[in-house]
Amino acid sequence: MSTVQDAPAREARSYRSYTRPLWWRLLFNREAAVIAALVLVILWAIYFVPFFGNQLTMTFLLLDIAPILLIALPMTMVIITGEIDLSVASVVGLSSVLLGTLVDHGWSVPAAMVVALLAGVVCGLLNGFLVAYVGLPSLAVTIGTLALFRGIAVGLLGTKAVTDFPAGWTALAKAKIGATGLPVVVIPFLVLALAIGLLLQFSSFGRGIYDIGLNAEAAQFTGVSVARTKLLLFVMTSVVSAFAGIYFTLRFSSSRGDNATGLELQVIAAVLLGGVSIFGGRGRLPGVIAGVLLIGVLSSALRLQGTTVNVINIIIGVLLIASVMSTSVLAWFSDLNARRHNRSRNRSGPTTLAPAGVGNPKEVDR
Amino acid sequence: MIGIREKDHQVSEHTEHLDASTEQLVAPSRLSPGRRAFNTIVRSREFSILLVLILVIVAATISSSSFVFGGNGWRDLLLTPSILVLLAVGQAVVIITRNVDLSVGSVLGFTAYLTGRLFIDHPGIPIPLVVLAGLLAGAALGLVNGVLIGFGRVPALVITLGTLYIYRGVVLTWAGSNRINASDMPNSFGELGTATVLSIPVLFLVALVVLIAVGYYLQTARGGRQLYAIGSDPDAAVLYGLPVRRRIISAFVLSGALAGLTGVVFAARYGSVSSSAGTGIELQAVAAVVIGGVAIFGGSGTVWGAAIGAVLLVTINRALPTVGIPDFWQQALVGALILGSIVLDRVLANRRARRLIGARDNEATTGATA
Repeated sequence: MSTVQDAPAREARSYRSYTRPLWWRLLFNREAAVIAALVLVILWAIYFVPFFGNQLTMTFLLLDIAPILLIALPMTMVIITGEIDLSVASVVGLSSVLLGTLVDHGWSVPAAMVVALLAGVVCGLLNGFLVAYVGLPSLAVTIGTLALFRGIAVGLLGTKAVTDFPAGWTALAKAKIGATGLPVVVIPFLVLALAIGLLLQFSSFGRGIYDIGLNAEAAQFTGVSVARTKLLLFVMTSVVSAFAGIYFTLRFSSSRGDNATGLELQVIAAVLLGGVSIFGGRGRLPGVIAGVLLIGVLSSALRLQGTTVNVINIIIGVLLIASVMSTSVLAWFSDLNARRHNRSRNRSGPTTLAPAGVGNPKEVDR
Repeated sequence: MIGIREKDHQVSEHTEHLDASTEQLVAPSRLSPGRRAFNTIVRSREFSILLVLILVIVAATISSSSFVFGGNGWRDLLLTPSILVLLAVGQAVVIITRNVDLSVGSVLGFTAYLTGRLFIDHPGIPIPLVVLAGLLAGAALGLVNGVLIGFGRVPALVITLGTLYIYRGVVLTWAGSNRINASDMPNSFGELGTATVLSIPVLFLVALVVLIAVGYYLQTARGGRQLYAIGSDPDAAVLYGLPVRRRIISAFVLSGALAGLTGVVFAARYGSVSSSAGTGIELQAVAAVVIGGVAIFGGSGTVWGAAIGAVLLVTINRALPTVGIPDFWQQALVGALILGSIVLDRVLANRRARRLIGARDNEATTGATA
């Protein structure tokens, strides 16, 4: 996705986005748009949806979307490198089954948790090795591991379900912090969000992630270890998914092979809605978090209003399409504007020639 | 031009010792046509998948002869994969253009429910009309995908993920908790699902006709070859003057129409349709295509391979219980199969590249000494 843009002559900077003052750049971007939409929806829901302003609603809302919130954080980094991980929901299922099976065999919950997290590491290593070191397209690899991990989960437990967990642990998953109404699961989320936010913004590892997404080859030449970075990101995604699986199991006191089926598409929809480019190289954490919350708040509010799940499906789909189309439509408008202003000037060409495809094609011929 | 031809001639004397597989790669026209056709088929990716499929069928038949020869064995062997074959053919065409269509499962659900509704709301409606309605409805939904992707210049993955949600939402709104039952549809339609001609199921014949038509088009027609060109390098295809946008839109229309047809087939085969029909089948279709050797980033592969991949996926699922593995493990095996086939693809591609480089070096040195 090389975008050729002509900078105004009076400015020394070559990126159009940097020709605007700071406040403009902070207020008018994709992330701000998603956050504004989130605020508007929350205000609308508080004033017009009965019981939405309720503390209990917020608690359940956060409890419900916690797995998506958690997995969306590392998924953001994976998508920024131009890759994708479709296997997250299967890792959730696998870790849930491992936890259930081991507890059923008399293991203590913390020991079973460690095994589940280690399984996450192994899953991530497999994904990461095949993508980063063998050089296979991540879309195909993770469709394969989606089936593989889910298959192992279903194979281990069959149609059984483990529902007997120590009450202390299941209570912890649903516990609230004091009188705030915030569930305890918010704490690991906030820690992780802060850590990943700082990592992305201020560490050379994090800046390398953007480099890889923009141009993996150039990143390699500037000293970014492309393969190692990708491997680490896939491991992080799988470990966080395994953690989400543990949470999921304890929250519903249920360990089943088909837990969280289809969650991967919800996570990816939320991340893309938050302004992360599927081609890589672009995206910020605040937008992603707002994207997840936007979907969560909308579904919660609509459900309170008595709307059924189907309308929520439609709204998620429309939001997703609108959020990616808006970039094209805005580009088209500014293109039109620019053409009207500089009719005589030669344009340096359209931004992209062909309709975009499935993801980042740079990795194909490696 | 003449110089090159002379050099080529000289080289041919020196490269006699090349083994047949390299010769096939470097200068296929030097082999006899029969040999060439034989090599092309035997060395093709599709052939290796076909061998695996035959192995699976043989293994299942040895442990339980009813797998092929039993009462419904032969019929089910051909009938069960038909649905996935239809979807895989459409998906393969889209993936060859370096796009992907995740909405096929929802389109299938839509037209399956549409089929049932048409029979309920218009008793006595002729079956061909229903099939046509399914095809057209699917094509219309595919057109929406295609127009958004072609004109919006946005990734197909995102758009079809969005329409996956939207189309499913529409079906859920429309159907609610209603189900279509076999008794709602005329008997002749339900019998079509299991009917056979010369012991070959009709639905399998439908899938076969679609497969051959699409395969022939991709292999020989100008439009078909353009789809490969677009998938190899979309920007180059634009510069070359190919109608990229039109081709991509038509690929999505085809994929939608085939998913629509599959919905009708689904209703005929299973008799009962709920609003969740076809949920999650999109990833199976992509998996079948990948197993069949179509590169996920487009430009290579055939619908023949995709179809064999689909048959293999379904057949493995059915064969596992017969060879004594609990069917809970089937999904794990499918995952291993997908990973194995993409790793195999990479190994084969690397080997071919090395051979070509070796042949070029060989040519350079012999050319210099001559």
